[in-house]
Parts: sequence; C-alpha cells; structure tokens
Amino acid sequence: MVERQAVPVRKPRFAHVPDDGTKLKMLHFMKLVREIEDRIERKLYRQGRIVGGVYVGRGQEAISVGTAIHMEKDDVVAPSHRDMGVFLMRGITPRRIVAQYMGRRAGLTRGRDGNMHMGDMDYNVIAFVSHLGDNVPVAAGAALAFVQRGEKRVALCYNGEGATSRGDWHEGLNLASVHKLPVVYFINNNAYAYSTPMELQMAIPDVAIRASSYGIPGEIVDGNDIVAVYDSAKRAIDRARAGLGPSLVEYKTFRMTGHSAHDDAGYVPPELFEEWQRKDPILRFEKALVDEGVLTPTRIEEMQKECAAMIDDAVDWAEQQPFPAPEEVTRDVYYEGK
Amino acid sequence: MPVTTYLDAIKDGIWEEMEKDDRVFVLGEDVGIYGGAFKVTKGMLDRFGPMRVIDTPISESAIVGAAIGAALVGMRPVAEMQFIDFISCCFDQIVNFAAKCRYRWGAGVPIVVRGPCGGGVHGGPFHSQNPESYFFNVPGLKIVCPSTAYDAKGLIKAAIRDPDPVLYFEHKFLYRRIKEDLPTDDFVVPIGKAALRREGDDLSIITYGAMVYKALEAAEELSKTGLDVEVLDLRSILPLDEEAILATAKKTSKVIVLHEATMTGGPGGEVVARIAEKAFEYLDGPIVRIAPPDTPVPYSPTLEEAFLPQTKGIVAAARKLAAY
Amino acid sequence: MSEYTVFAPASLTLDRTGYLELYYFMVLNRKLEERLGILYRQNKVVGGLYSSLGQEGCSVGSAYALERGDFLAPMIRNLGAMLVRGVNPVDVMAQYCARAIGPTGGKDLNLHFGWIDRGIISPISMLAALVPVMAGIALEMKMKGKKNMAITYVGDGATSTTDFHEGMNFAAVQKVPLVVVVENNLWAYSTHVSRQANVADLVVRAEGYGCYGEIVDGNNVLAVLDATRRARARCVAGGGPVMIEAKTFRRKGHAEHDDAGYVPQEQRAEWEKKDPIDAYRRLLLARGLVTGEPEIAEIDAKITAILENAANVALAAPFPDPSTLMENVYG
Repeated sequence: MVERQAVPVRKPRFAHVPDDGTKLKMLHFMKLVREIEDRIERKLYRQGRIVGGVYVGRGQEAISVGTAIHMEKDDVVAPSHRDMGVFLMRGITPRRIVAQYMGRRAGLTRGRDGNMHMGDMDYNVIAFVSHLGDNVPVAAGAALAFVQRGEKRVALCYNGEGATSRGDWHEGLNLASVHKLPVVYFINNNAYAYSTPMELQMAIPDVAIRASSYGIPGEIVDGNDIVAVYDSAKRAIDRARAGLGPSLVEYKTFRMTGHSAHDDAGYVPPELFEEWQRKDPILRFEKALVDEGVLTPTRIEEMQKECAAMIDDAVDWAEQQPFPAPEEVTRDVYYEGK
Repeated sequence: MPVTTYLDAIKDGIWEEMEKDDRVFVLGEDVGIYGGAFKVTKGMLDRFGPMRVIDTPISESAIVGAAIGAALVGMRPVAEMQFIDFISCCFDQIVNFAAKCRYRWGAGVPIVVRGPCGGGVHGGPFHSQNPESYFFNVPGLKIVCPSTAYDAKGLIKAAIRDPDPVLYFEHKFLYRRIKEDLPTDDFVVPIGKAALRREGDDLSIITYGAMVYKALEAAEELSKTGLDVEVLDLRSILPLDEEAILATAKKTSKVIVLHEATMTGGPGGEVVARIAEKAFEYLDGPIVRIAPPDTPVPYSPTLEEAFLPQTKGIVAAARKLAAY
Repeated sequence: MSEYTVFAPASLTLDRTGYLELYYFMVLNRKLEERLGILYRQNKVVGGLYSSLGQEGCSVGSAYALERGDFLAPMIRNLGAMLVRGVNPVDVMAQYCARAIGPTGGKDLNLHFGWIDRGIISPISMLAALVPVMAGIALEMKMKGKKNMAITYVGDGATSTTDFHEGMNFAAVQKVPLVVVVENNLWAYSTHVSRQANVADLVVRAEGYGCYGEIVDGNNVLAVLDATRRARARCVAGGGPVMIEAKTFRRKGHAEHDDAGYVPQEQRAEWEKKDPIDAYRRLLLARGLVTGEPEIAEIDAKITAILENAANVALAAPFPDPSTLMENVYG
C-alpha cells in the first residue's frame, strides 16, 4: 500500500484575496479586454475598418482589471491607453468603445478624438491626452477636491513607465504627496515605451524606487498575477481613502504587441516575447482557477464564446452607427448650455 | 463708496466669489501665508483657510493640472501664476488638456489661470511679458485683459463663473496706479464685449490693457489740435468683440491698433484682418499697428522706454494717419 | 550652545593660497552684495535685488572645484560662484544698474548673464530650466571625451519643477558629467521646504534618478569644496551625475523688498550663529593659515577698494542707447 503524502497547508500570500465570485468576474473582464482588443487590432484594423491608430494592452489585462475592481462608483479614474479594463468595468459598453475606434458619433467622444482618448465624467472617467503624464496632476486635483469637500472618494491614475520621465509626472506626485491627497498612482511597467527599453528611459531598474522621493509608499508587484494586483491595489486604495495620502504601485508586465498596431516591435528580442507568453495573465489565472476547482475547461470555453458574442454584437452595432455630421465640427468648443 | 485700486478690485472680486460659492478656491505659489507676491490674495488664508487658499510647490504644471482635475469634479479653481511669464511652464496643460476637454469628451473645465503681465517696471525679459498670443490660436480658451478697476472686478467674476477655461491677464503696471469708485452691488463684465473709453469721429484707436491709458493720453493731446479720437478698449482678446471693432472702424474710417505684446503675431494682426475683410469699403486710410518691436522685453530703462509704445509715438502716428 | 565651527574634511587637499582665496571670494561675495544693497536704497539699482547672505560657502566652495573647460550655470543666489569663475564686480554692478557696459548691455537683469567662451551659462528666471540645458552641455563633454563637468544650482523650491525632473532623469540615463547643487536654504519665497516636498532631505531624490547623492553642510565652505571635487571626479570618470544637497539658510527675504516676516525669528537667530564667513575666519586664525587679524584686515580692505572702484565705474557708465534695442535678436 502506497502511503499518501500529507498535502502541505498553503499559507495565503496576500492580505486580500478575492472570493470566487470576484475571481470569476475579474476573469470575465480580462477575457473581454483581450477579446475586444484582439478584435480591434488583429482583425478590424487590418481590414481597414478602424479610423486612425490602435493601442492595446495585450498581456497587461490583469493590471486594469485587478485595480479597477476596487473602484467605487464615485471614485474618479484617469486611465492611460492600455487600460481598457477600466472602461469596461466602469460600465462603458463594448458597443460604444468600438464605435469610438470607428470614429462614429455614438463613440464616447462623438468622433472628436480617437482610440483610447476617451472619457466621460458621468462615469467618472477622465479622458487621457497624448501628452503622457499630464493626467498625473489632474488626478491629484480631483483628489484635492475630495479633500476640500470632505468626501471619501479616491482618484486612481494610470501611466506607463515612460510617462514617469515627464515633468508633469513629478510635479503631480510631489503636489499629491505634500498635500497628502487621496490618489493612487499605478505604473504599468511593460518594459518598452515605443522602442525605448527601461535602461534608456531611466537609470534605475524600478519606477517604485522613486516613491521615496515623495515620501510615499512604493511597491513592486507581479502585474501578470491578478491576485497580486488585486491585493496591492486594495491596500493602496484603502490607504488613500483612509487619508494616508498617495501610493506608487508598480506592476511589472510586458507589452505583448508593438507600440501601436502599425508597429511590429522588431526591436524587441524574440526571447522576451516567448518568456512573457509563458506568463500570460489570463492563461495563468485560468489554470489556477481550474486547479482550485472554481472553473472547468468547458466553462472557460463558454466564457470565451460569451465574450466573442458581445464583441460581435458591438462591432455589428458600431458599424451601423453614423459618422458625425460635418456641421457638428464647430460645436462644443465652448459651453453651449447643455 | 471706498476708492478701490485695480489690484484690490481683483482681490475683492475673487473674495466675493469665494464667499458666495464654496466651490471657488485659490492655488498658487506664496498665495496663502504671504498673500501673494503682489498681495492679490492678502487676508484670504485667514478668512477661508488652507483648504481654499493653497500654497503650492514651484510647479506650474501641477498647479494648472490640479486645477483642471478639481474642475472636472465640480470645483471652481483660480490658479495663480506668480508672474504670467511662468505660464509657459504649464503651456501643455492649458492648451492640450484644459482647452480641449469639452470639445473632445464633453467635459467642461471651468478654471481661471491669472497672473500679472506687462512691462514698465524694470522687470526684464522674464517678468514683463504679454503672453496672449501663445494662446490666442487655441480654440477652447478665453482670454481677458482688464484695464480699469471696474473691469478687473467684473471680469474676474465673469471668469470664475464661466464654464470654460479663462486666462486672465492683469497688468502689473496698473495694480496700484489705477483707482476707481466701485459699486457695492454684485456686477459682472461680460466676456467678449469691448468698451468705448472715449467717443470720437475722426480716428479710432483699438487697444487693451495698460495701453488704454497711453491711447487716452494721446487722444487728449490730439484733441487740442482738433483731432477727435475714439478709444475702444477690447477687454476680451478671445473672443474678440468683432461687432464693436467693425462699428468703430466704420464710424471713423481711420484705425490704429495698439497693444503691448510684440508686433509680429500679436493679436493686433487679427483685428486688422477682420476690419480689412469686413469693413474695407469704409476705410479712408491703411490700418496702422503700433506695438513693441520684435525683441524680448529689455530691462534697462532707456531700452525699455524705446521698446514700449509711448504717447508721443501714438500721437505722431495718429497725425500721420489723419492726414492720409 | 557651542560655537559653530568648520573643519577641513580629511579628503581635502588645499594649500595656503587656496585657503586664502576661499576667504577672499566669500568676503567679496558678501561685501559686493552689501554694496549693491546700498545702491538699491539709493535707487541706483534697477529692478529687484537678490542676496545670498549666509550661503556664500555654497557658491564659493562649489565653484572653486571647477577646472579649465568646465561649465558653470549659476542661479540668482550664486554670485560667489561667478566671482570665483572670474566675473568682475564691475560687470555685476553695471548689470544691476542697467548700464550699457553691463554684460547684457542692459537687456537683462541681476545675474542673468554669461559667456560661452568663459564657460558661464546665463540663467533664466524659470527655476531649474538650467538642469536639462547643463545636461546637454555635459552630454557634449561625454561625446567628445572631455574630462570636464557641467555644474548648476537649484534651490529647494526648484526641485519641484518639471525641468528638474526631466533634466536629472536624462542626465542619469545618459550618464553625463553633471553636478547639481541643491541649495536647501529652507525657504522658497514664503514657502517652507516642508510644504515644498514631502521628504526631509531632498537628496533622497538622487536615488529616484539612479545617481549618486550626498548631503553637505552648506555653511562649511571646505566641506562644500571637498564634496564638489569628489563629485567632479566621479562624474568625469563616467559615474553619472551627482546631486549634492547643501544644507543652508536664506538669511534675507526672497529679494530686497521682502522682509520675510514669515520666517520664525528663532530660526533666523539659530542660523545667524552659523555664519559661514565668521566660522571660516576663526578656522584660518586657529590653524595659523593667516598670520593674524592684520592679514585678514588687509584682505577686507583690498576688497573694499575693489568694490569702491567698481561702483564708481558702474555709476559713471551711461545707460544703453535706444538704438541698441534691436541688436542680437538673431545672429
């Protein structure tokens, strides 16, 4: 008779672990992000059905989803261009997002701006501008207003590691730290800013090292482990909400595409893509959930089909939407009494 | 009714708005404890507290950026640039963030960015500039340049109440030199409306800011020799009061456009273009621009005097145009 | 409380001439500013007057480490550095009095002047703007294999700016021979450093850029000199930029018009006891580097004479002719 070995008790590694329902919700959103972005970049763009450029966060889905899962309705979020999860989790529909990418009037900016430059204060999402790092002081300002009005709201701000080289990033963090504002700064360190690798961007290996420059907590987290993201984000957001000021959380990940759809990223050594493919956040999480008995492979396939169906619907709908009328071009430069 | 300086008119305007609307707050360098480098915010910290009068680090991008963020969630910030020359440090936040939010995603940014502009105070190249041209060509912004204490108060209130970003350029030379009896009631000067400072039939001088006073001096001088000059104070640079501009051009048929921003690319060119496009038939002579030459603002008094438009130069130009 | 003393760090090598030159330049710095103060009150100075009272050790000590071919970019409280670099008091007074013979011909004010061929880059009013510029100058040195450094200064306030951040980051990534002296004098106009930044020591930011940083007693001219020399050696050898945080105090207001009533009296009194020149004079005497008080008095008198002459020359000079207004906008 073979003696069975005792199963070792696994100590929890995190202060906050999502329950099963939350895990499934996060997986759904990660898959939805992957589906909508793959569809836009790998199909629609190449078929000429997208207006303008395309920027996706392939391989980085855990970051936007694992952080945004903690958003309260009244929290304000200032995402960057690889944070699709934020929009979907805020309740902005795939239909409107695809319409945005197609320059239709039904998109979030009514055709005024393209791709991820979208926002809507009804959803408390601040639209990002191309000038990276500009959203840093803006997020601090929203947090300032919360303090002034005694509201228990938090501002969340997302940027890549490249944006941290910009002066506005520094001024915003400095201001937020001096005034102990309830804002959390997430850094999506995907190793490349267009063709610029970390070592040409800064002389330090981790952005989180800069946290001490502002006297705030800094943390380095595996950005491809959604549970690690979930845990670190919750702690940082709780700190901000408790009045303890800003935090800097750096998620290590990898940009699995070019800078944008037109960029083949030939400057990235292929071994890096291979290495990070093995750490794909969605596959990793799916495997873990199957191992935990929370999911089955059949259910995963079903979820995939559900996401695909949602995006099919979004594309069909968006392509039927009209473009904005030419007469609209001069509207809403200034307040028109809406 | 107490006589109020141009500077105090700005202070009172902001103060009154802060009293009635607790969304309004002030932020900038040295605005709290010090009351501002020119004392425009003197006393506000004691009255409104550090949450509404915020002393910031030296961070123009963060000052304006934070103002934008606070405005997006419902506040009404008034950001101070210690000298308006420092507005170049936050150019990006103003033209790419504040100016374009409404157009792009329907989000209003009701901020005011204000600060002292202008020369004549031995400030040198970095404390004497008039930056309206950098922003003139940016749709989504509004720009105002008050010249009287009344307008200083009325326009700062209008700016604070405006749902869009307003750049408010107060002229430092006028701070304590201009005083006026001001009404006690709540009054606002509309943005986009010029004001006739002097009526006349023979020749128009269209101007704004501190140059209004040079124009009035010149008009007084010219009236002694029978030339009747009309002086139109634009007050708003963006939007321009095109109706008032065309009305005065049509009335006198001879126009001088005068400003303290340097000549090439200054707002005067736009005024001239509109008159040429829409009132050409009415003109009896070429439109003349008077502005400083295309140099940085020099420091030494002899150079600065040569740089700034002077009354005698305006008088001479008017005489020449009148004789055309 | 025991008297504030300065000492020579063990790593410092300096001969008697060097010791005396440091004294000379610090006293020249102080007395020139005093003279400018008198001219200001006589309405001979045009525009504002900025003082570096109490900070002479920072300017003089750091600039004394400069070698031939190095580049200096001072800020408004680094008159001492300019004097070490050979700027003539006549130039300074003529500039402050807006005269035609001033180095900018009356075009700009206070210390906003320089000469490329003397390795001095003129500042502008926008704080820390010089950091990226000097990073560029240092980049050229690295590209051409020159064994030189570029040095500039920021106050505590300037470390909050976009240009400081972008300049330091760039300098560090490119590993250029740049030294940035952060003169933490505790006040940026009326803003105390605790409201400027959320850290007790600004030098911690060196870590955030990935470069070496050090704290030095800014009121000990010898410590400043030693730190700057070591920084120079490090960055010239390819070790990347260095940030030196000099702890000091702004004894006067932001400018002459500002009485700085917002500075607590106890703080001012505490720092007055740490006067860099008084302490240095005591060291010179104690170590026998001067023969006695008379030698000190001789140096002081020489300086007074130089300044008297400079004032006479400056005040006798005409204001610039208006015909020069348009000169040098373009080449």
